[in-house]
Amino acid sequence: MNGLLDGLAWLFDGDNWSGPTGVGTRLVEHVWISGVSVLLACLVALPIGLWLGHLGRGGTLAINISNIGRAVPTFAILAMLYMTPLGLSNWTTIIALVLFGIPPILTNAYVGMREVDRDAVEAARGMGMSGTQLLRGVELPLAVPLIMGGIRLATVQIVATATLAAVISGPGLGRIITSGFGRQDTPQIIGGAIIVGLLALSVEGMMAWLQRAVDPMRRARRRRSRPDRDRGMPLVQDEVVSGA
Amino acid sequence: MALSGPVHTATLTDNCLVRNDWVCGEYLRTRRDDITDALVQHIYITVISVVIGFVVALVLAVVARRVRWLRGAILGTSTALYTIPSLAMFSLLLPFTGITTSTVVVGLVLYSLTILVRGILTGLDAVPDDVREAAVGMGYDGLRLLRKVELPLAVPAIFAALRVATVSTVALTTIGMIVNHGGLGNLINRGLSSNFHAEVLTASVLCVVLALVADALLLGLQRWLTPWRRTVTA
Repeated sequence: MNGLLDGLAWLFDGDNWSGPTGVGTRLVEHVWISGVSVLLACLVALPIGLWLGHLGRGGTLAINISNIGRAVPTFAILAMLYMTPLGLSNWTTIIALVLFGIPPILTNAYVGMREVDRDAVEAARGMGMSGTQLLRGVELPLAVPLIMGGIRLATVQIVATATLAAVISGPGLGRIITSGFGRQDTPQIIGGAIIVGLLALSVEGMMAWLQRAVDPMRRARRRRSRPDRDRGMPLVQDEVVSGA
Repeated sequence: MALSGPVHTATLTDNCLVRNDWVCGEYLRTRRDDITDALVQHIYITVISVVIGFVVALVLAVVARRVRWLRGAILGTSTALYTIPSLAMFSLLLPFTGITTSTVVVGLVLYSLTILVRGILTGLDAVPDDVREAAVGMGYDGLRLLRKVELPLAVPAIFAALRVATVSTVALTTIGMIVNHGGLGNLINRGLSSNFHAEVLTASVLCVVLALVADALLLGLQRWLTPWRRTVTA
């Protein structure tokens, strides 16, 4: 228990927050690099996942990419990228983060589109909607909870992986932990771990809120003031989503 | 590269280790003992973690089903634990377990709980009520009902979770290198600090292969445990 208290004391010491290797700088690095990576991962994975889901093709790829992503250790990818000419640049970290952000987003976007009620799709076709109209007006709004579930999962994964970038001297809060190990300074290791954990939990909480906030079906129901049903529970089995 | 060779070969052996190639048979041959030790440690940590994780998850799942108000708490806590990045998780365990295998195992057990508790609950919840009632009518109750009726029917869901948990655990074990107990992760770390390409690539590939083999073994075990489904599954 004393270890944890020493860690908290380290964290509450203002001196540890300032300077180029302080908690403040590392926190900004961490959030910045994670944010960029989430955006890039969305840019790559969402169009592919949505389009495959709309066409109903490439299911094997869309599902299996998540299984493969899980089997590859993040540490291995970071180490190998570090040994390429990319070396110590921030891009090494960003590429690794994007690689691990893509699978959950792609799989969930695909599953989200496939899970859309076929009757709704048929009805929309019967009303004369074109492929793009169908995608934008029917499938996409209905798939939002699962799509957001994927982005939420990817964001949490990326924030976690960004911590690991420290083992290749990359940016982010993980550096506090690794430099603590380097100097055998246990309070610093624990202090770093506490702030990393707090950041991860806040991000998860924010994403859970965002997932509910942007669901068009939930908003429509609320306007009609019907009792809410929880539609946020994704169906993919590797989903990690709080029951709230 | 193709210089007039003899002079050079006399002073420096030219093999893939010297050239620092990514793929190097010489590495496999000369460091076989190192690789085996790391692999054995990796398998040991993974197996111990998944087995303990499964037992704990089974108890938690059964408790969550009996005591309704605990269900949300158990699911919520395990999900929160899963969010903590591995580097931080192992560090937070340091004051309790020190630089030992236990730090890695406890961390991995905590991670596996999220997936396993959810999977076991999904499986048990899916057992049809009339099946359960028929069993109760035949005199099954308590543990015997769980062991003879509910668990066998939940096997597919439980194994789906077990496979995901095992594959994740194999990958996550590498981070144990931060406390020097990371199996193949130790090799990756050593290769990283000495810029040894073959060591990093070999250990990484072995990690992925290990995950795939474990997944295949569990799939086989599931088939063997559920003979009545063999004709159904494609």
